[in-house]
Amino acid sequence: MVFLSNLVNGISLGSIYAIIALGYTMVYGIAKMLNFAHGDIIMVGAYIAYCAAQYWGFPPILSLVVAMAVCTILGITIEKLAYKPLRQATSLAVLITAIGMSYLLQNLALLIWGANPKVFPAMIGVDTLTLFSGQLAIRGATIVTIVANIIIMIVLTLFTSRTKLGKAMRCVSEDRGAAELMGINVNTTISLTFAIGSCLAAVAGLLLCSSYPMLMPTTGSMPGIKAFTAAVFGGIGSIPGAMIGGILLGVIEILGKAYISTELGDAIVFAVLIIVLLVRPTGLLGKPMREKV
Amino acid sequence: MPDSMLQVTDIHVYYGAIHAIKGISLEVYPDEIVTLIGANGAGKSTTLNTIAGLLRPKSGDVLFEGRSIAGLGASRIVPSGLSLCPEGRRIFQQMTVRENLEMGGYTRNPAEIGASIDEMFQRFPRLREREKQIAGTLSGGEQQMLAMARALMSRPRLLMLDEPSMGLAPILVEQIFDIIKELHESGVTILLVEQNAQMALSVADRAYVLETGHISMSGPAQDLLHNDAVQKAYLGS
Repeated sequence: MVFLSNLVNGISLGSIYAIIALGYTMVYGIAKMLNFAHGDIIMVGAYIAYCAAQYWGFPPILSLVVAMAVCTILGITIEKLAYKPLRQATSLAVLITAIGMSYLLQNLALLIWGANPKVFPAMIGVDTLTLFSGQLAIRGATIVTIVANIIIMIVLTLFTSRTKLGKAMRCVSEDRGAAELMGINVNTTISLTFAIGSCLAAVAGLLLCSSYPMLMPTTGSMPGIKAFTAAVFGGIGSIPGAMIGGILLGVIEILGKAYISTELGDAIVFAVLIIVLLVRPTGLLGKPMREKV
Repeated sequence: MPDSMLQVTDIHVYYGAIHAIKGISLEVYPDEIVTLIGANGAGKSTTLNTIAGLLRPKSGDVLFEGRSIAGLGASRIVPSGLSLCPEGRRIFQQMTVRENLEMGGYTRNPAEIGASIDEMFQRFPRLREREKQIAGTLSGGEQQMLAMARALMSRPRLLMLDEPSMGLAPILVEQIFDIIKELHESGVTILLVEQNAQMALSVADRAYVLETGHISMSGPAQDLLHNDAVQKAYLGS
């Protein structure tokens, strides 16, 4: 029973990683860049949801919608101001810019909300589910997280496989020049990708802080790095890869902390990543690299 | 002479510091097949990519049907009736044949796409058999047909083909050139870049010879086919 409980918690944490990892993997697939500020968008989303609920008295759903809207606009703005001018620059310049953007967001949050951790209000009103005559209790936040992840995956899969815009995203991801020759506006597609990723980051922020209700300017950085790891683990650029990588990472982390060592939990996560990358350098579902001649 | 469909005037194109195109001017008239021939690195593909809007000329102008399209960007040039079937085919390998064709019609009214795809299937029956197949699994010849069909999906009045015979077996090369002739008969104007100068000159009305970024010769294709210098340099005889 304890194992089952740990497993469910692992899947829940992994679902949060998966939702964040989607943002990394989609942006990487389309814009071919690692957006290291993505983790901090989660933090901004959580603060916005916190303010909406705590100061303005919004109901949870409305708080979530406000956070999603603000993060979407923030994501598009960051891309336009910081990344778009570097479209032709080396990937190293873009990477450094993204890291700079990450620190900028953290320090702006420090300026606005201060360094003291805020206690995130309970927003998810789903009751704890008790199974096996009280032996297994699954918290409402855990259930909502897993369900939200499943819904997001289904919607995103349908979006990329069925809609015109979703297919355009796949084209840009595969061959930017050929996509342009089809009449696809690459800049719009990249903006759309940032919008989707940042909007999902807001959802992840709220879910993360509902399970771990401590909010401070650095809240997004560790989950951000772990989700990035999950994206690489699953095969960066692949949407199902982000899902599998995220959930596996969450399960490994929780089980590692429960059965091996609490202190070494994170070390175990990254050790597994290193092993996977040694065996499969492109990740679990990554496409084999092909050199273009 | 009627008004030219495509008029390229003294374009200069750079890759960073490399001066790739050094003042090329050329014209394509309605209903012509015009070919650009030349050695590797002469600037043939760069010229087509610049006309299509993937590259921006540093100076000079490109007029399509009287309207300047230089520097517009490919995604805004396609809807005006000019389409490029790029070098190396560049089909979307991970999409199905049908999805590739759908993307070719991206700028058109979605309601008309189905009928156009059926037209393509009539012209390229092999593609109908492979409709649901992932494009990356097609043979080289089928991929070239798909690339051409995809470029035709935007209903171009001027179709630019970049090395359509590259890497294909001789029998397939003939098939591709037959298709080019058919397309031309159905009213599409064609600007063709080829390394297979023999084939290109035999279907074309006029030709330009490119040499290291500028045009060294031009004229009716038949004249160039029998020109000594061209024969020595490009026809291997």
